[in-house]
Amino acid sequence: MTVGLVIVSHSAQLAEGVVELAGQMAQGDVAIAAAGGTSEGVLGTSVEKILAALHEVDGPDGILVLLDLGSAVMATEMAVETFMAGREDLEGQQEHVIISSAPLVEGAVIAAVESSIGNSLQEVAEAASGACTLPKVHSQNR
Amino acid sequence: MPITTEDTIRWLQQVAVILHENRDFLTQLDSPIGDADHGINMDRGFQAVVEKLPALAGMDIGSTLKTVGSTLVSTVGGASGPLYGTAFLRAGIASAGKHELDEADVVSMLEAALEGIKARGKAQPGEKTMVDALTPALAAAKEAEARHLGLSQLLQRVSDAAEAGMKATIPMLATKGRASYLGERSIGHQDPGATSSWLILKTLTEIMG
Repeated sequence: MTVGLVIVSHSAQLAEGVVELAGQMAQGDVAIAAAGGTSEGVLGTSVEKILAALHEVDGPDGILVLLDLGSAVMATEMAVETFMAGREDLEGQQEHVIISSAPLVEGAVIAAVESSIGNSLQEVAEAASGACTLPKVHSQNR
Repeated sequence: MPITTEDTIRWLQQVAVILHENRDFLTQLDSPIGDADHGINMDRGFQAVVEKLPALAGMDIGSTLKTVGSTLVSTVGGASGPLYGTAFLRAGIASAGKHELDEADVVSMLEAALEGIKARGKAQPGEKTMVDALTPALAAAKEAEARHLGLSQLLQRVSDAAEAGMKATIPMLATKGRASYLGERSIGHQDPGATSSWLILKTLTEIMG
Protein backbone atom coordinates (compact mmCIF):
# COMPACT_ATOMS: atom_id res chain seq x y z
CA MET A 1 0.00 0.00 0.00
CA THR A 2 0.96 3.64 -0.39
CA VAL A 3 -0.12 6.96 1.13
CA GLY A 4 -3.42 8.09 -0.41
CA LEU A 5 -3.86 11.62 -1.74
CA VAL A 6 -6.95 13.85 -1.69
CA ILE A 7 -7.00 16.94 -3.91
CA VAL A 8 -9.35 19.66 -2.64
CA SER A 9 -10.16 22.64 -4.83
CA HIS A 10 -12.95 25.20 -5.22
CA SER A 11 -13.10 24.12 -8.84
CA ALA A 12 -14.05 20.55 -9.80
CA GLN A 13 -12.08 20.93 -13.03
CA LEU A 14 -8.98 22.13 -11.21
CA ALA A 15 -9.17 19.20 -8.77
CA GLU A 16 -9.60 16.71 -11.62
CA GLY A 17 -6.70 18.28 -13.51
CA VAL A 18 -4.38 18.02 -10.53
CA VAL A 19 -5.42 14.38 -10.04
CA GLU A 20 -4.59 13.74 -13.70
CA LEU A 21 -1.21 15.42 -13.42
CA ALA A 22 -0.24 13.73 -10.15
CA GLY A 23 -1.61 10.40 -11.37
CA GLN A 24 0.76 10.48 -14.33
CA MET A 25 3.69 10.70 -11.90
CA ALA A 26 2.37 7.93 -9.66
CA GLN A 27 1.71 5.56 -12.57
CA GLY A 28 -1.22 3.86 -10.92
CA ASP A 29 0.55 3.04 -7.67
CA VAL A 30 -1.18 5.72 -5.58
CA ALA A 31 -4.87 6.23 -4.79
CA ILE A 32 -5.67 9.86 -5.63
CA ALA A 33 -9.17 11.32 -5.33
CA ALA A 34 -10.53 14.71 -6.36
CA ALA A 35 -12.88 16.73 -4.15
CA GLY A 36 -13.60 19.85 -6.16
CA GLY A 37 -16.54 22.25 -6.21
CA THR A 38 -19.76 21.98 -4.24
CA SER A 39 -22.32 19.19 -4.38
CA GLU A 40 -24.34 21.46 -6.69
CA GLY A 41 -21.45 21.75 -9.10
CA VAL A 42 -20.64 25.42 -8.47
CA LEU A 43 -17.35 26.90 -7.28
CA GLY A 44 -16.77 26.18 -3.61
CA THR A 45 -15.80 23.37 -1.30
CA SER A 46 -17.94 20.58 0.08
CA VAL A 47 -17.32 18.81 3.39
CA GLU A 48 -19.29 15.83 2.06
CA LYS A 49 -17.22 15.55 -1.11
CA ILE A 50 -13.99 15.77 0.87
CA LEU A 51 -15.23 13.14 3.32
CA ALA A 52 -16.14 10.82 0.44
CA ALA A 53 -12.68 11.31 -1.09
CA LEU A 54 -11.01 10.50 2.25
CA HIS A 55 -12.92 7.21 2.41
CA GLU A 56 -12.10 6.48 -1.21
CA VAL A 57 -8.30 6.65 -0.80
CA ASP A 58 -8.06 5.46 2.81
CA GLY A 59 -5.56 2.73 3.58
CA PRO A 60 -3.18 1.61 6.33
CA ASP A 61 -0.50 4.14 5.30
CA GLY A 62 -2.68 7.20 5.79
CA ILE A 63 -3.75 10.15 3.67
CA LEU A 64 -2.22 13.46 2.64
CA VAL A 65 -4.69 16.22 1.67
CA LEU A 66 -3.61 19.01 -0.67
CA LEU A 67 -5.80 22.05 -1.19
CA ASP A 68 -6.13 25.38 -2.95
CA LEU A 69 -7.54 28.45 -1.17
CA GLY A 70 -9.20 29.84 1.93
CA SER A 71 -12.30 27.91 2.89
CA ALA A 72 -10.83 24.71 1.48
CA VAL A 73 -8.83 24.57 4.73
CA MET A 74 -11.90 24.86 6.98
CA ALA A 75 -13.99 22.44 4.95
CA THR A 76 -11.11 19.93 4.98
CA GLU A 77 -10.61 20.28 8.73
CA MET A 78 -14.31 19.57 9.29
CA ALA A 79 -14.22 16.57 6.96
CA VAL A 80 -11.08 15.18 8.65
CA GLU A 81 -12.64 15.60 12.12
CA THR A 82 -15.73 13.71 10.97
CA PHE A 83 -13.59 11.05 9.30
CA MET A 84 -11.44 10.51 12.40
CA ALA A 85 -14.49 10.48 14.71
CA GLY A 86 -15.55 7.28 12.96
CA ARG A 87 -12.14 5.66 13.37
CA GLU A 88 -11.61 4.71 17.01
CA ASP A 89 -9.20 2.03 15.73
CA LEU A 90 -6.69 4.79 14.92
CA GLU A 91 -6.67 6.29 18.41
CA GLY A 92 -3.22 6.63 19.90
CA GLN A 93 -1.57 5.90 16.57
CA GLN A 94 0.49 8.37 14.59
CA GLU A 95 -1.34 10.98 12.55
CA HIS A 96 -3.43 9.21 9.93
CA VAL A 97 -4.47 12.25 7.89
CA ILE A 98 -2.24 15.29 7.28
CA ILE A 99 -3.45 18.51 5.66
CA SER A 100 -0.61 19.92 3.58
CA SER A 101 0.25 23.59 3.33
CA ALA A 102 2.08 22.93 0.04
CA PRO A 103 1.16 24.71 -3.20
CA LEU A 104 -1.47 22.50 -4.82
CA VAL A 105 0.10 21.52 -8.14
CA GLU A 106 3.75 21.15 -7.13
CA GLY A 107 2.77 19.60 -3.80
CA ALA A 108 0.52 17.02 -5.42
CA VAL A 109 3.11 16.02 -8.01
CA ILE A 110 5.86 15.64 -5.40
CA ALA A 111 3.52 13.79 -3.04
CA ALA A 112 2.50 11.38 -5.81
CA VAL A 113 6.14 10.54 -6.55
CA GLU A 114 7.08 10.17 -2.88
CA SER A 115 4.05 8.02 -2.17
CA SER A 116 4.59 5.82 -5.22
CA ILE A 117 8.07 4.82 -3.99
CA GLY A 118 6.58 3.65 -0.71
CA ASN A 119 7.53 6.48 1.63
CA SER A 120 5.63 7.04 4.87
CA LEU A 121 2.95 9.70 5.38
CA GLN A 122 5.38 11.88 7.36
CA GLU A 123 7.97 11.63 4.57
CA VAL A 124 5.43 12.34 1.84
CA ALA A 125 4.08 15.34 3.78
CA GLU A 126 7.55 16.76 4.37
CA ALA A 127 8.55 16.35 0.75
CA ALA A 128 5.34 18.04 -0.42
CA SER A 129 5.80 21.02 1.89
CA GLY A 130 9.31 21.38 0.43
CA ALA A 131 7.50 22.53 -2.72
CA CYS A 132 6.94 25.88 -0.95
CA THR A 133 10.59 26.81 -1.49
CA LEU A 134 11.15 25.02 -4.78
CA PRO A 135 12.25 27.60 -7.36
CA LYS A 136 10.05 27.38 -10.45
CA VAL A 137 12.24 29.53 -12.69
CA HIS A 138 15.94 29.00 -12.15
CA SER A 139 17.40 31.76 -14.27
CA GLN A 140 15.70 34.62 -12.43
CA ASN A 141 14.96 35.20 -8.80
CA ARG A 142 11.37 36.33 -9.14
CA MET B 1 -40.72 35.74 28.47
CA PRO B 2 -38.30 33.02 27.41
CA ILE B 3 -37.49 31.97 23.85
CA THR B 4 -39.52 28.83 23.15
CA THR B 5 -39.06 26.03 20.62
CA GLU B 6 -41.80 27.65 18.50
CA ASP B 7 -39.96 30.99 18.63
CA THR B 8 -36.80 29.22 17.48
CA ILE B 9 -38.61 27.76 14.48
CA ARG B 10 -40.18 31.15 13.63
CA TRP B 11 -36.73 32.73 13.93
CA LEU B 12 -35.15 30.24 11.51
CA GLN B 13 -38.01 30.68 9.03
CA GLN B 14 -37.69 34.45 9.19
CA VAL B 15 -33.88 34.29 8.85
CA ALA B 16 -34.45 32.39 5.59
CA VAL B 17 -36.81 35.15 4.40
CA ILE B 18 -34.42 37.96 5.42
CA LEU B 19 -31.40 36.28 3.85
CA HIS B 20 -33.37 35.70 0.66
CA GLU B 21 -34.34 39.40 0.60
CA ASN B 22 -30.73 40.40 1.26
CA ARG B 23 -29.24 37.91 -1.17
CA ASP B 24 -28.17 40.51 -3.73
CA PHE B 25 -27.06 42.97 -1.05
CA LEU B 26 -24.78 40.39 0.62
CA THR B 27 -23.41 39.30 -2.73
CA GLN B 28 -22.73 42.94 -3.66
CA LEU B 29 -20.80 43.39 -0.42
CA ASP B 30 -18.86 40.24 -1.27
CA SER B 31 -17.98 41.26 -4.85
CA PRO B 32 -15.25 43.84 -4.22
CA ILE B 33 -13.54 41.89 -1.43
CA GLY B 34 -14.56 38.26 -1.83
CA ASP B 35 -15.86 35.80 -4.37
CA ALA B 36 -19.32 37.35 -4.78
CA ASP B 37 -21.18 34.33 -3.47
CA HIS B 38 -22.05 35.12 0.16
CA GLY B 39 -25.68 36.07 -0.53
CA ILE B 40 -26.19 33.09 -2.82
CA ASN B 41 -24.58 30.69 -0.33
CA MET B 42 -26.51 31.93 2.72
CA ASP B 43 -29.79 31.93 0.80
CA ARG B 44 -29.20 28.37 -0.42
CA GLY B 45 -28.21 27.20 3.07
CA PHE B 46 -31.23 28.64 4.85
CA GLN B 47 -33.65 27.48 2.15
CA ALA B 48 -32.33 23.98 2.90
CA VAL B 49 -32.82 24.64 6.63
CA VAL B 50 -36.46 25.65 6.05
CA GLU B 51 -37.05 22.41 4.15
CA LYS B 52 -35.78 20.46 7.20
CA LEU B 53 -37.94 22.34 9.73
CA PRO B 54 -41.19 20.33 9.41
CA ALA B 55 -39.28 17.17 10.34
CA LEU B 56 -38.00 18.85 13.52
CA ALA B 57 -41.43 19.46 15.11
CA GLY B 58 -41.38 18.53 18.80
CA MET B 59 -37.60 18.43 19.05
CA ASP B 60 -35.78 20.46 21.70
CA ILE B 61 -33.99 23.67 20.76
CA GLY B 62 -30.55 22.07 20.97
CA SER B 63 -31.41 19.29 18.52
CA THR B 64 -33.05 21.80 16.18
CA LEU B 65 -29.96 24.01 16.11
CA LYS B 66 -27.64 21.04 15.64
CA THR B 67 -29.67 20.02 12.58
CA VAL B 68 -29.42 23.60 11.31
CA GLY B 69 -25.64 23.44 11.76
CA SER B 70 -25.15 20.19 9.89
CA THR B 71 -27.51 21.38 7.11
CA LEU B 72 -25.48 24.58 6.68
CA VAL B 73 -22.20 22.63 6.58
CA SER B 74 -23.49 20.46 3.75
CA THR B 75 -25.30 23.13 1.71
CA VAL B 76 -23.29 26.36 1.98
CA GLY B 77 -20.33 26.11 -0.36
CA GLY B 78 -18.12 28.95 0.86
CA ALA B 79 -16.30 29.55 4.12
CA SER B 80 -19.61 30.48 5.74
CA GLY B 81 -20.73 26.82 5.59
CA PRO B 82 -18.16 25.48 8.06
CA LEU B 83 -18.27 28.73 10.08
CA TYR B 84 -22.04 29.13 10.53
CA GLY B 85 -22.35 25.35 10.66
CA THR B 86 -19.95 25.22 13.60
CA ALA B 87 -21.70 28.19 15.24
CA PHE B 88 -25.13 26.55 15.15
CA LEU B 89 -23.73 23.13 16.18
CA ARG B 90 -22.03 24.70 19.21
CA ALA B 91 -25.12 26.76 20.11
CA GLY B 92 -27.10 23.52 19.81
CA ILE B 93 -24.75 21.71 22.19
CA ALA B 94 -25.05 24.64 24.63
CA SER B 95 -28.87 24.36 24.55
CA ALA B 96 -29.13 20.56 24.49
CA GLY B 97 -32.46 19.26 25.81
CA LYS B 98 -33.92 22.74 26.37
CA HIS B 99 -37.41 23.80 25.26
CA GLU B 100 -37.06 27.33 26.62
CA LEU B 101 -34.17 29.78 26.69
CA ASP B 102 -33.60 32.52 29.24
CA GLU B 103 -31.01 35.32 29.31
CA ALA B 104 -28.26 33.07 30.67
CA ASP B 105 -28.94 30.49 27.95
CA VAL B 106 -28.68 33.14 25.23
CA VAL B 107 -25.34 34.29 26.65
CA SER B 108 -23.91 30.78 26.81
CA MET B 109 -25.17 29.90 23.31
CA LEU B 110 -23.76 33.09 21.81
CA GLU B 111 -20.47 32.46 23.60
CA ALA B 112 -20.32 28.85 22.33
CA ALA B 113 -21.13 29.96 18.79
CA LEU B 114 -18.48 32.68 18.79
CA GLU B 115 -15.83 30.38 20.27
CA GLY B 116 -16.69 27.81 17.59
CA ILE B 117 -16.29 30.36 14.79
CA LYS B 118 -13.00 31.64 16.21
CA ALA B 119 -11.63 28.11 16.53
CA ARG B 120 -12.81 27.02 13.08
CA GLY B 121 -11.63 30.16 11.29
CA LYS B 122 -8.63 30.77 13.57
CA ALA B 123 -9.91 34.34 13.67
CA GLN B 124 -9.63 37.11 16.23
CA PRO B 125 -11.44 40.46 16.49
CA GLY B 126 -10.14 43.18 14.17
CA GLU B 127 -9.61 40.95 11.11
CA LYS B 128 -12.75 42.10 9.24
CA THR B 129 -14.88 38.98 9.74
CA MET B 130 -18.12 37.87 11.37
CA VAL B 131 -16.15 37.74 14.65
CA ASP B 132 -16.22 41.55 14.61
CA ALA B 133 -20.03 41.58 14.77
CA LEU B 134 -20.36 38.70 17.23
CA THR B 135 -17.72 39.76 19.77
CA PRO B 136 -19.45 43.04 20.74
CA ALA B 137 -22.80 41.23 20.57
CA LEU B 138 -21.62 38.73 23.19
CA ALA B 139 -20.19 41.51 25.37
CA ALA B 140 -23.54 43.34 25.21
CA ALA B 141 -25.40 40.13 26.10
CA LYS B 142 -23.16 39.52 29.12
CA GLU B 143 -23.59 43.07 30.35
CA ALA B 144 -27.37 43.01 29.91
CA GLU B 145 -27.60 39.69 31.75
CA ALA B 146 -25.44 40.92 34.63
CA ARG B 147 -27.68 43.97 34.96
CA HIS B 148 -30.87 41.85 34.78
CA LEU B 149 -32.33 43.96 31.99
CA GLY B 150 -34.64 41.20 30.78
CA LEU B 151 -34.62 39.17 27.59
CA SER B 152 -36.06 41.72 25.15
CA GLN B 153 -33.63 44.45 26.30
CA LEU B 154 -30.80 41.94 26.09
CA LEU B 155 -31.70 40.98 22.53
CA GLN B 156 -32.05 44.64 21.50
CA ARG B 157 -28.59 45.41 22.85
CA VAL B 158 -27.12 42.32 21.16
CA SER B 159 -28.59 43.43 17.84
CA ASP B 160 -27.38 47.03 18.25
CA ALA B 161 -23.88 45.90 19.24
CA ALA B 162 -23.68 43.53 16.27
CA GLU B 163 -24.73 46.37 13.96
CA ALA B 164 -22.05 48.69 15.38
CA GLY B 165 -19.49 45.87 15.07
CA MET B 166 -20.51 45.28 11.48
CA LYS B 167 -20.08 48.97 10.61
CA ALA B 168 -16.70 48.97 12.35
CA THR B 169 -15.45 46.43 9.79
CA ILE B 170 -15.57 49.10 7.03
CA PRO B 171 -12.18 50.73 7.77
CA MET B 172 -10.54 47.41 8.71
CA LEU B 173 -7.79 45.70 6.72
CA ALA B 174 -8.77 42.08 6.05
CA THR B 175 -6.24 39.50 7.16
CA LYS B 176 -8.55 36.45 7.00
CA GLY B 177 -10.53 34.91 4.18
CA ARG B 178 -10.58 35.70 0.50
CA ALA B 179 -10.49 39.47 1.22
CA SER B 180 -6.99 39.11 2.68
CA TYR B 181 -5.63 38.48 -0.81
CA LEU B 182 -6.64 42.07 -1.63
CA GLY B 183 -4.53 43.61 1.13
CA GLU B 184 -5.10 47.37 1.45
CA ARG B 185 -7.85 47.30 -1.18
CA SER B 186 -10.06 45.54 1.38
CA ILE B 187 -10.23 48.81 3.39
CA GLY B 188 -13.45 50.80 2.94
CA HIS B 189 -15.76 47.82 2.43
CA GLN B 190 -18.21 46.38 4.94
CA ASP B 191 -17.60 42.70 5.65
CA PRO B 192 -20.37 40.44 4.25
CA GLY B 193 -19.98 37.82 7.01
CA ALA B 194 -20.32 40.45 9.74
CA THR B 195 -23.40 41.69 7.89
CA SER B 196 -25.10 38.29 7.74
CA SER B 197 -24.27 37.72 11.43
CA TRP B 198 -26.02 41.00 12.27
CA LEU B 199 -29.04 40.06 10.12
CA ILE B 200 -29.40 36.72 11.92
CA LEU B 201 -29.25 38.33 15.39
CA LYS B 202 -31.48 41.25 14.40
CA THR B 203 -34.10 38.81 13.16
CA LEU B 204 -34.17 37.07 16.55
CA THR B 205 -34.64 40.45 18.27
CA GLU B 206 -37.50 41.32 15.93
CA ILE B 207 -39.18 37.92 16.34
CA MET B 208 -39.08 38.33 20.14
CA GLY B 209 -40.00 42.05 20.08
